[in-house]
Amino acid sequence: MEILPKLLSVNALIVAFLVVALVTWISSVISVKILKGRVPGAAIAIIAGLILAFFGGKWTGGNKGISDVSGLAGFALLGSGMLRDFAVVATAMGSSLHEMKKTGWLGAISLLMGVFISFFPAVIIAFAFGYRDAVSLTTIGAGACTFIVGPVTGAAIGADSSVIAISIAAGVFKSVFVTIFTAPLAKFIGLNNPQAAMAYGGLMGTTSGVTAGLAATDPKLVPYGAMTSTFATGVGCLLCPSICFFMVKFIFGQ
Amino acid sequence: MVIYGVGLLAFCFLVGQFIGESLGRFLGIEANVGGVGFSMILLMICTDGLQKRGLLPVPTEQGILFWSTMYIPIIIAMSATQNVFAAFSQGFMALLVGILPTLLLFLCIPVIIKLLSK
Repeated sequence: MEILPKLLSVNALIVAFLVVALVTWISSVISVKILKGRVPGAAIAIIAGLILAFFGGKWTGGNKGISDVSGLAGFALLGSGMLRDFAVVATAMGSSLHEMKKTGWLGAISLLMGVFISFFPAVIIAFAFGYRDAVSLTTIGAGACTFIVGPVTGAAIGADSSVIAISIAAGVFKSVFVTIFTAPLAKFIGLNNPQAAMAYGGLMGTTSGVTAGLAATDPKLVPYGAMTSTFATGVGCLLCPSICFFMVKFIFGQ
Repeated sequence: MVIYGVGLLAFCFLVGQFIGESLGRFLGIEANVGGVGFSMILLMICTDGLQKRGLLPVPTEQGILFWSTMYIPIIIAMSATQNVFAAFSQGFMALLVGILPTLLLFLCIPVIIKLLSK
């Protein structure tokens, strides 16, 4: 009776390979048979992952989604930042350095726009919900950049932990939103070439959302979006506790 | 040999991460600035140079391509380990802050593309 749990926990990564393969297979069957190919299998599998994460968190009370369920701990390694970045770098092989150079300056503009267009509307929303102090407003605004910028900014300017929790949640929502809605919106916003993907990566900023969203849209675009979005968290962590914080202080006083 | 490809990828990855961490430290922030981007550029330069000299045999290339194709499964696993439940329990404001500015960003993409074509 005790063999199976032990087997699963000793071989956690292998179990994750198997489960992800099953999720991918079921998703591709749903994509082809039920949705007639209108939604790519990868998109369904990623959404299935998010749903699993929701229930994993609900059942276990942990903060790492399905990987807190006993026997599925391997998800934490397979889905770790380390392996994600390793695989993202690998996708660069065969993509064109020439294309990336062409869009270099545009990538920089999209990074700056990405921070400001995330930050200020979020500050306004927080203000509408009754927040009045510059520290909380800035921290929540930073959360709209990525789920790393929020807590880094909050820690830097001394925000309350409940506000930091909100900023992380906002960043996670952004990542989930970008993951799910990139593929259906791609047609309407012209996201079908390397340049557009670089602008998109810089604007959205959330590397997890960008890389997952592009994977569901067109895997060939992944390296271009990843290239710019990898700078976004750094740019956000640079601007939010400094320039953005000063501007919020200037507008709202203390 | 396949391991040469994996090794080359690991080398580019680590050098890029080091540059990203150093840049973050230099700017005085606790974040990796562009580590993945630097790794990607390095990998492109290396594979391109090796290919031109005929030093990138198919098995070596396959060591890199394997990881590139493992990318989507890894993303699925990553999605499944996000703290989605906690995000939902933070309530409506967090949802709005996450989504409304992001909608604006989506609308900016056509604008930027227009800028580019000028």
